[in-house]
Amino acid sequence: MIRLDKRPQPSRLWAAVTPLVAVVLTMLAGGALFAFLGKNPVEAIRTIFWDPVFGEFAWYYRGQLLVKAGPLILIAIGLSLGFRAGIWNIGAEGQYIVGAICGAGVGLAFYPAEGWYIFPLMVIAGALGGFVWAMIPAILKTRFNTNEILVSLLLVYVAEQLLASMSLGLLRNPEGAGFPGSRNLKQYEAASNPELFAGTGMHWGVVAAFLAVILAYVLLNRHMLGFQIRLTGQSPRAARFAGVRPNLLIVVCLGASGALAGLAGLFEVSGPAGQISIDFNSGYGFTAIIVAFLGRLHPVGILLAGLLLALTFIGGEAAQANMQLPASAIQAFQGMLLFFLLAVDVLANYRFRLKKREAA
Amino acid sequence: MHVTKLLAGATVALGLATAAVAADKTKVGFIYVGPIGDLGWSYEHNEGRLAVEEAYGDKVETVYQESVPEGADAERALTQMALQGADIIFTTSFGYMDPTINVAEKFPNVVFEHATGYKRADNVSTYSARFYEGRAVIGHIAGKMTKSNKIGYIASFPIPEVIRGINSAYIHARKANPDVEFSVVWVYTWFDPAKEGDAAKALIDQGIDVIMQHTDSTAPQAVAKDAGGVYTFGQASDMAAYAPMPRISSIIDNWAPYYVTRVGAVMDGTWQSVDTWDGIAPGMVKIGEMSDVIPEDVRAEAMAISDSIASGEYHPFTGPLNKQDGGAWLAEGETADDGTLAGMNFYVEGLTGSVPN
Repeated sequence: MIRLDKRPQPSRLWAAVTPLVAVVLTMLAGGALFAFLGKNPVEAIRTIFWDPVFGEFAWYYRGQLLVKAGPLILIAIGLSLGFRAGIWNIGAEGQYIVGAICGAGVGLAFYPAEGWYIFPLMVIAGALGGFVWAMIPAILKTRFNTNEILVSLLLVYVAEQLLASMSLGLLRNPEGAGFPGSRNLKQYEAASNPELFAGTGMHWGVVAAFLAVILAYVLLNRHMLGFQIRLTGQSPRAARFAGVRPNLLIVVCLGASGALAGLAGLFEVSGPAGQISIDFNSGYGFTAIIVAFLGRLHPVGILLAGLLLALTFIGGEAAQANMQLPASAIQAFQGMLLFFLLAVDVLANYRFRLKKREAA
Repeated sequence: MHVTKLLAGATVALGLATAAVAADKTKVGFIYVGPIGDLGWSYEHNEGRLAVEEAYGDKVETVYQESVPEGADAERALTQMALQGADIIFTTSFGYMDPTINVAEKFPNVVFEHATGYKRADNVSTYSARFYEGRAVIGHIAGKMTKSNKIGYIASFPIPEVIRGINSAYIHARKANPDVEFSVVWVYTWFDPAKEGDAAKALIDQGIDVIMQHTDSTAPQAVAKDAGGVYTFGQASDMAAYAPMPRISSIIDNWAPYYVTRVGAVMDGTWQSVDTWDGIAPGMVKIGEMSDVIPEDVRAEAMAISDSIASGEYHPFTGPLNKQDGGAWLAEGETADDGTLAGMNFYVEGLTGSVPN
């Protein structure tokens, strides 16, 4: 009979190896799925994992990996701070939307003026928008002890309505013949966030994501606030003795994650997306939660997890278009990856023991 | 240096992509907003793709990508198809407009066809169907069939195409039955069975007994079937699985002839950027079979309306018509021009509620 024994300390070796094990298991199970669908499994796996990075058109896909991973990493870094302290911001998607609306709104208000100061103002407005949206659950929690999971999540739907209203009303392109959607910021130089080097996918949002990784690393390892965050997560009572003010920490953590999500929204709307439209948001705020946990709430882990998830998105799309795999098969494949990553975590925390049945 | 290397790589690859095209068979790409199994909008576009394969056999190769979000992701999907050597790409939803234009700029040797938009370029055509002609026919049927005089309308996004459909349906329902009232529910999605089903339930709870939809799933049909005594119409596709009740007729988008013609034009090198807006007459819009639940005289009337639209004798927007606020729009006998219809952002007189903005 196999028994699971909890390890006194999570195994460092297994913690490092499990992501690779999970990827291999996903390739096997996913390959079986693709074979079952009548496609060549080796070709499918190669299209998803290999071609975007090393294939014929890698020069294009590598840039797209950054475009896709940038907002995921930026948002996930913010979320990880709160998650470490046991403060659950599930509504990054809403903060992302509001940041985009505020930032784009500032840019559009200046239209058609030119000036170097317009984009920086938009960046500030974007961060502020996300921050304010995150302050709603923060203040409700500190004042009335409401549950920040529910409040932040439900505010996503409010933000979506706001987005629809903005696309159809206030921010609608006056030259758009009545169609919803704002002016395209890509065509308005002072307010656009173009690729910094053509073809690399590198835009200000990606730069901000890398900066956030570094800052979060320093914050968590070298700064008092980082210590307080970690301590609160491990033992709220001990944290209070150590002088942590829980309400302030809630405001700081939710505020930081909101501001980063707002920034991600602003960089996306002024860059890859180009305009405010009804379906501008495409789930980055929710996917970032997965990225945060996949990266084990560690800044470097999040960086890698963001890139890995971006790879499955980009490679998955390519497999759909080139091999005519159904979209749902790709989603199932991504689901498998998460499933195996979480499942093999057991190996890090437990050890398998073969145990003889005890005689009665 | 790294950047120039990348760019050089890009140019070489572009050259390769276009060179490969010339020698090989014609590659045709399709980008769908929903799953091809939606049995509505994307399903019909995919039927068009299959028709292209049927027509040209092994002279063409078709590829598609389904459920592509409108926005930044669409641009990547398009680029990736162009890189893989597509000669012509159909982008089949309004939200692909800017991505189509952006990608078309980068691939001057690939031609693009964007459905329901208004931006064109030397290598970008636009095409759409005059769905409002079909709405006139089913609007008439709806007006005749309702007993509660309450008709529900599940609308997707407040864009001109949808507003046109509501107006056309309302005008003809009211002509058939001056007492009808319309309730419009905006669901802000093209395809979301849960939201569409909820909207249908809410409408039925209000005592509505005829539901029209401008969304792509069959969820409203399923809800109406469970409720019983509620009539619906298939949208974009025939949705014949729900006939004869609740689905009593449908508006079918028939893209196949257009796709076959346009791909043919690419093959023989005669493709040009055009703006196509076809209706019942050339068969781009079809009225699905009317079920026996509809009385025979109503069926005959509906057919007569369809025939008179097809022959050009009747235009669904013929005056006298006022705007919702009572302001004059079309004088007696005057018909709406395409420009006004293309940008329609107002309700006609008699509709309640307002266009969301």
